[in-house]
Amino acid sequence: MALIDEEVLLEQPTFQEVPPRQRILEALMSKDTTVSRDEDSLENEMVLNMGPQHPATHGVLRVLLRLDGETVVSAETELGYLHRGYEKLAENMTYHEYIPHTDRLDYISPIANNVGYVLAVEKLMKIELPRRAQYTRVICCELARISSHLLALGALAMDIGALTVFVWALREREKLYDIFDVLTGVRFTVSYMRIGGMAQDIGEDAIRMLNAFLEGLPDAMKDIGSMLNKNRIFLERTSGIGIMPQDEALDLGWTGPNLRASGLAVDLRRDNPYLVYNELDFDVITRTESDVLARYWCRFYEIAESAKIIRQALDKLPKGDYFARDVKKVLPRKSQVYSKMEDLINDFMLVNFGQSTPVGEAYHGIEAAKGELGWYLVSNGSGFPWRSKIRSPSFNSLQGLSRLLEGAMISDVVAIIGSIDPIMGEADK
Amino acid sequence: MFSFEQLKETDPTLTFERVDVTGDECAILPRERMLDVAKRLKHEFGFLQMMDVLGSAQREKKGGFEVTYNLRNHVTKQRIFLKVRCDERDPHVPSLYSVWEGCNWHEREAYDMYGVIFDNHPDLRRMYMPEDFEYHPLRKDFPLMGIPGSIPLPHHEDADPRFDVANRGE
Repeated sequence: MALIDEEVLLEQPTFQEVPPRQRILEALMSKDTTVSRDEDSLENEMVLNMGPQHPATHGVLRVLLRLDGETVVSAETELGYLHRGYEKLAENMTYHEYIPHTDRLDYISPIANNVGYVLAVEKLMKIELPRRAQYTRVICCELARISSHLLALGALAMDIGALTVFVWALREREKLYDIFDVLTGVRFTVSYMRIGGMAQDIGEDAIRMLNAFLEGLPDAMKDIGSMLNKNRIFLERTSGIGIMPQDEALDLGWTGPNLRASGLAVDLRRDNPYLVYNELDFDVITRTESDVLARYWCRFYEIAESAKIIRQALDKLPKGDYFARDVKKVLPRKSQVYSKMEDLINDFMLVNFGQSTPVGEAYHGIEAAKGELGWYLVSNGSGFPWRSKIRSPSFNSLQGLSRLLEGAMISDVVAIIGSIDPIMGEADK
Repeated sequence: MFSFEQLKETDPTLTFERVDVTGDECAILPRERMLDVAKRLKHEFGFLQMMDVLGSAQREKKGGFEVTYNLRNHVTKQRIFLKVRCDERDPHVPSLYSVWEGCNWHEREAYDMYGVIFDNHPDLRRMYMPEDFEYHPLRKDFPLMGIPGSIPLPHHEDADPRFDVANRGE
């Protein structure tokens, strides 16, 4: 009797037995495409693997390109290289403990992630926020938007070859970091928000620095604009590529500046006002060209709108508490924890076992710099969430990437990726 | 404003269970009615955008899953949620890819994390985890620290076995 059964040797591998790393290639090759190719495409077609380690992919994004000469016939995007399992972690910690983890999602604008998360928790726990805290949060969100858009503009310009703009944009962001340092005590991953308020009040120093920053911002934007807005190389490199029609953008779940560049004035700040956005006056910037340049314009002008919002919020900033007075749900002040027995016990219970939340579900979305950022929280009444789902805008934006790349030239690929402004920390969770 | 009761006006046989999602409309629909209700929501009631899909473990029943669709109407500025439930032994729900194309990656994510199988999905691969990973990490029975050896770590032929990361945890 033979040791090896010959029939086993002859058996052909079926679809299920394709090695896993080949499956993405199969998905790429079986994709429908609208690009017409030369007749002898077999002669010059090739598959190019771009990323995950590629400087122009804004993180660890992997794109598989099927090329015919210099034209992209089809593209397949793969995520997961920065997947840290934040949704699993959230289920194993209290609501408070999770706040520092939200900083690491969209690490370009961490303070807006803090706000998005705590607003969802406050909706679930039905905490009423004092007005000073609401105004401060608006200021923080808009600062985060300016910071994110500045980097998006700079990185897009750098991808195309204009290095100066990147350095100038980072110079302005450096000033923002100094403000965050004074405002929150931390430069980068701030964890400034608390459930029912903030870690500390917005101080006089921070307000003075904010005013100085806002005074210098128009000049800085003028400088950046003078390098790009009439630059023929930049305009020709960006106009007419990466076009996303309005209906497809809607269908793919695009939000934020990417959707507004396709001509839809959708903005949660105006449509479903949260915090105190209904008391502030600002415009929703839209463009209709839906190409890379349109997305650049949207971000460029949104920076000025954000500055306008911050100026109004600083003028209207009311006096009063910066945290809600709800002993069962809001952490007590540190000065009281060290001097009063009840507050010490309260602090111990909240930190170790979490708040007693009502059983139920809640969703809250905010207009973050990249689009709608939201949390869907499910509570079973314990101090830990049963489910905490992050609705991240970059995930949806990247979903449209393979469509945008179809038919583009290979040199446009980096410009298109830069224009949708993806952040992998957020898309990969 | 849209309310799920409106669906019953033209379709009296439809049954659903209302769920309270603080301030937003939500209903659990039977699996077999999911697709036609989704089509009506999009074309009759203007819920043009599908924002998010989330898989979740059911709170009441061990081994049960639910999938929630987050829909938005930009004209009335309303947000509703659509839920469908399935069981660990029969984890099939219909894919809504044919209604909203944006479901593609979101359903892949729910499949990756919970093992819910979306019928008629065009490309149901894993979203985040490696293709040869055997588990579904967001299930409640998957440990927080992971399962040792479930992800093959980088291995080098000449590596000193004492310092080879692939040998750890075995």
